[in-house]
Amino acid sequence: MKISGAQMVMEALKLENVDTIFGYPGGSVLNLYDMLYDTNIRHILSRHEQGAAHAADGYARATGKPGVVLATSGPGATNLVTGIAAAYMDSIPMVFITGQVPIPLIGTDAFQEVDITGITLPITKHNFLVKDVRELPTIIKQAFYLATTGRCGPVLVDIPKDVQQAVADFHYPETVSIPGYNPTYKGHSGQVCKGAEAVACAKKPVIYAGGGVISSGACQELLQLAELCGIPVATTLMGLPAFPGNHPLSLGMLGMHGTYWANMAVSNADVILAVGARFDERVTGDADSFAAKAKIVHIDIDPAEIGKNVAADIPIVGDVNLVLKELLNKVKPCDTGAWLKKIAKWREDAPLSYSQDLDGEISPQFVIEKIYEVTQGKALIATEVGQHQMWTAQYYKFTRTRSLASSGGLGAMGYGFPASLGMQIGRPDELVFCIAGDGSFQMNSQELATAVEYNIPVKVAIINNQCLGMVRQLQQFFCKERYIAVDLQQVPDFAKMAEAYGALGLRVEKPADVVPAIEKAMAFSGPAVIDFRVMANTNVFPMVPPNGQINKMIKGEQQ
Amino acid sequence: MRYVLAVLVEDKPGVLVRVAGLFARRGYNIESLAVGKTVEPMVSRMTIEVEADEKILEQIIKQLYKLVNVLKVSNLTEEPSVDRELVLIKVSADVSNRAEIQQIVETFRAKIVDVALNSIVVEVTGNQEKLEAIIMLLSQYTILEVVRTGKIAILRGSKAIK
Repeated sequence: MKISGAQMVMEALKLENVDTIFGYPGGSVLNLYDMLYDTNIRHILSRHEQGAAHAADGYARATGKPGVVLATSGPGATNLVTGIAAAYMDSIPMVFITGQVPIPLIGTDAFQEVDITGITLPITKHNFLVKDVRELPTIIKQAFYLATTGRCGPVLVDIPKDVQQAVADFHYPETVSIPGYNPTYKGHSGQVCKGAEAVACAKKPVIYAGGGVISSGACQELLQLAELCGIPVATTLMGLPAFPGNHPLSLGMLGMHGTYWANMAVSNADVILAVGARFDERVTGDADSFAAKAKIVHIDIDPAEIGKNVAADIPIVGDVNLVLKELLNKVKPCDTGAWLKKIAKWREDAPLSYSQDLDGEISPQFVIEKIYEVTQGKALIATEVGQHQMWTAQYYKFTRTRSLASSGGLGAMGYGFPASLGMQIGRPDELVFCIAGDGSFQMNSQELATAVEYNIPVKVAIINNQCLGMVRQLQQFFCKERYIAVDLQQVPDFAKMAEAYGALGLRVEKPADVVPAIEKAMAFSGPAVIDFRVMANTNVFPMVPPNGQINKMIKGEQQ
Repeated sequence: MRYVLAVLVEDKPGVLVRVAGLFARRGYNIESLAVGKTVEPMVSRMTIEVEADEKILEQIIKQLYKLVNVLKVSNLTEEPSVDRELVLIKVSADVSNRAEIQQIVETFRAKIVDVALNSIVVEVTGNQEKLEAIIMLLSQYTILEVVRTGKIAILRGSKAIK
């Protein structure tokens, strides 16, 4: 039986077990939405396509399933771009379906026409412009396959309106053959042996774990390896939920705003086991001096990450989960007692600290620490981007995999709130918090309407210092305190704003009210926004100046 | 150093822009690029000449492999290979100097493929040194226009890139 292209897309989504999609309609996707009408697929209508993209991204991070987004041609498609780039930088499996003007109009600057495959070329794992309805089933199959295998990433499928309307036989392929795409999953056994030997000989080993541990489902293996060999674990921002933050072997996050002891450990280590991480400059600072004393074992599924930023002594290309399993068979318990003592000393020398005068203004770190305590580290957390994001990394000790959605690579403000909605939709029984800044929250606050419409009960904690704190901090240190364009005193009353949308709105100005407000928001059955009025001009410490050496951190205000 | 890569790609729309875009956005330098069909249906071959150090070359090859439409990347630089480029040169020429130019053309085993009252078009095939040499010699007359195909290269012997 012949069916239309639009119908094929819906059939394909069903066969891919997609039960939820995020999107926004428009002229070029009229046929797709018309066919969506007849399915049981749940559609979440965002209030801006960027919100749909980030929400689907949060859904993917929280569930491990691909996030699916539907948007129209032209502005619908361009509004997705930040969301696509965020997913690309953090290797999140996503499939974006966009409408396009009919094929005869392509290239004529038609109404709502943009070359979205051209625009997204550098920020997708792959993309397709469908020119023949008969190719549509194979392309959708390939899109899901590419998005969810190897190093995951976003794939975009652009479908012209006349292709959506054209009819053909529908055969959804069961297998995929893409001659130019063959990810390596199993690590080379010789290399794995070398890695195991390096670990066995190490006196001062450190595991440096990234988001790849989470996407390959290897948190358990990582924990076993760390415990068996007594190796301390530093994580990237993306890797925070990969290892329990309250574990004795946890060093917390490393890098620019990482802990002093994590950075000292990495800088003095003799072996670094880099697992599903990519030596980003926010981690390494000056790459030449990064872990200069260490032999580096680098495990990653993407061969192009090996040696890209920092040379690896023992590269192991493969799926982190499979490689760690194999490593576990080969390593032996090590005695790292002396090394752990040395790290403990660094931790004593420069612990994370802030002060909170209980009668004074609220410290931003205090709010985040209290959210951690009240939720016992078990909530799913989405963050926006900025100081609050770094304080979350420092003070919220993640204990469960897939419990954090944060725009690590792209650093997109406006990501967190819609991402938190996606997390909650994907994991309806969990408690979801969005930790936001007053600047970031305003970048996608229109999604409050989405939260209320679908009764998505996320709790938004706005760490409101009435300025763009991270930029202000950079201007303080690197622009001689010549502050420009960072003052946000003209912000809405966030509590009233939440109420205007139909959510619960709270405002907190005293330290004693922080915990009761968190509890009140948690007890509320719908979405809630808490406007925490915190002291302005607090900085994130420790800090490595850009491109500085990570063992030379600015520890606090006094230095 | 200059490297010559043979890149087999799927003959799909946009594949050239994917490859070119990769070089542009990662800051790799393309010296020349030539592309054409192969005997395999739906497979094209690009010959890309790049200026890079060894570390960058390794990244170029790995990044090329990340493109879904790229099937195979071979580094021909260190293998015995034949490389050629074709150039068309339009030179201002009349009765007074046509014979002279003809002599240069013969020396280089090049061809004159068009003669007009005030100009001739020379076709030369060869390696880079030969092409540079003839262009240098012809520049004593007025060169009106030069078109080059970019380098193409093939391995010597029976070994083939498929």
